[in-house]
Amino acid sequence: MQDTARNTIIAILFIVSTSVVFAQASQEKAPFLIVEKYDDLAYIFEQNNDTTYVINFWATWCGPCVKELPYFETLHKQYKDQKVKVLLVSLDFKRQIERKLIPFVKKRQLQAEVIALTDGDYNSWIDKVDTDWGGAIPITVVYKGNKRKFHGEEFSNYEDLENLVKQFL
Amino acid sequence: MRALIKISFLLLAVAGIFMAATSSVDFGLKVGDKAPSFKLKNVDGKYYSLEDVKDANGEKPKGYILTFTCNTCPYAVMYEDRLVELHNAMAPKGYPVVAIMPNDTNIKPGDSLEAMGKRAEDKGFDFLYLIDEKQEVFPAYGASRTPEIYLLDSDMVVRYTGAIDDNAQDASAVKTNYVMDAVASLEAGKSPDPAKTKAIGCSIKVKR
Repeated sequence: MQDTARNTIIAILFIVSTSVVFAQASQEKAPFLIVEKYDDLAYIFEQNNDTTYVINFWATWCGPCVKELPYFETLHKQYKDQKVKVLLVSLDFKRQIERKLIPFVKKRQLQAEVIALTDGDYNSWIDKVDTDWGGAIPITVVYKGNKRKFHGEEFSNYEDLENLVKQFL
Repeated sequence: MRALIKISFLLLAVAGIFMAATSSVDFGLKVGDKAPSFKLKNVDGKYYSLEDVKDANGEKPKGYILTFTCNTCPYAVMYEDRLVELHNAMAPKGYPVVAIMPNDTNIKPGDSLEAMGKRAEDKGFDFLYLIDEKQEVFPAYGASRTPEIYLLDSDMVVRYTGAIDDNAQDASAVKTNYVMDAVASLEAGKSPDPAKTKAIGCSIKVKR
């Protein structure tokens, strides 16, 4: 009887340890950064240099977000040689990163930098991004040094996005 | 002298326009505002207003957990079971859930009244699941996303707005249940704190 109990425990330990290894392995496979706490990501809003940062919050399940992603890809390509940095912060759910976000990023061959933010305590950080943000996505923040613009909805076309960014160049 | 008066009036008018412009930026209901009434179609095909709603004991409710939600937003879907639990826990205390689907169904066919009825049946919604067909109610409340909660007291005054709890992704990891805490505050004769929270959600799909 004790043997059975011990075997069960060993089996459980084995399953737990392999799943941890698997989880780590899959994290290594992710072609982008995964951040669990907003405070560990806050630095992307605090760069004080002459680069214009274009930070978009999106998710694979968000229709309007996916629709405007090509605009950000185009921006990234067109301004490659200038001081423009495009960051695509995905709010895909933690458990869907492997199943949805990684395949999506690979399939679309996204060139702009993707970061996955999985901090689910939204109320604790939404205002830190912008107090005008109600919580719906997509939104985009563009900033350079102290100059900053908050765009609280999707862009209807590439030109609108480019014109906003041009104000910073 | 007359010119001076004219100029003063002109300045006042300009100032007035500016003030109107700035105040209109911050649209929607705030905590303490009286919520507008409405009459909307339910999944049973009948029209209901808040005045028609009774609590689990058949009494006039002490408050309403009004929620803008839908079938198609992953965040709203993650909260469906919790919405049922919330209603089951709160309606006996006098605070039933009332759900309103605000999306344009041409953009989101998955949010049609028929699809809503099916979801309500599958999930066992024991509360109204209304459709804002004309898209007039959600703008009057200032709702911008699904899911979004407005906790009203019996006088239809907004006492709390925002998220249901602090963890959309994992019900078992919730630390603070904002709505339950807010109801407990009302029951204790206090004002909810926090009275406003924010959460990620899907933008409400507006007819083009």
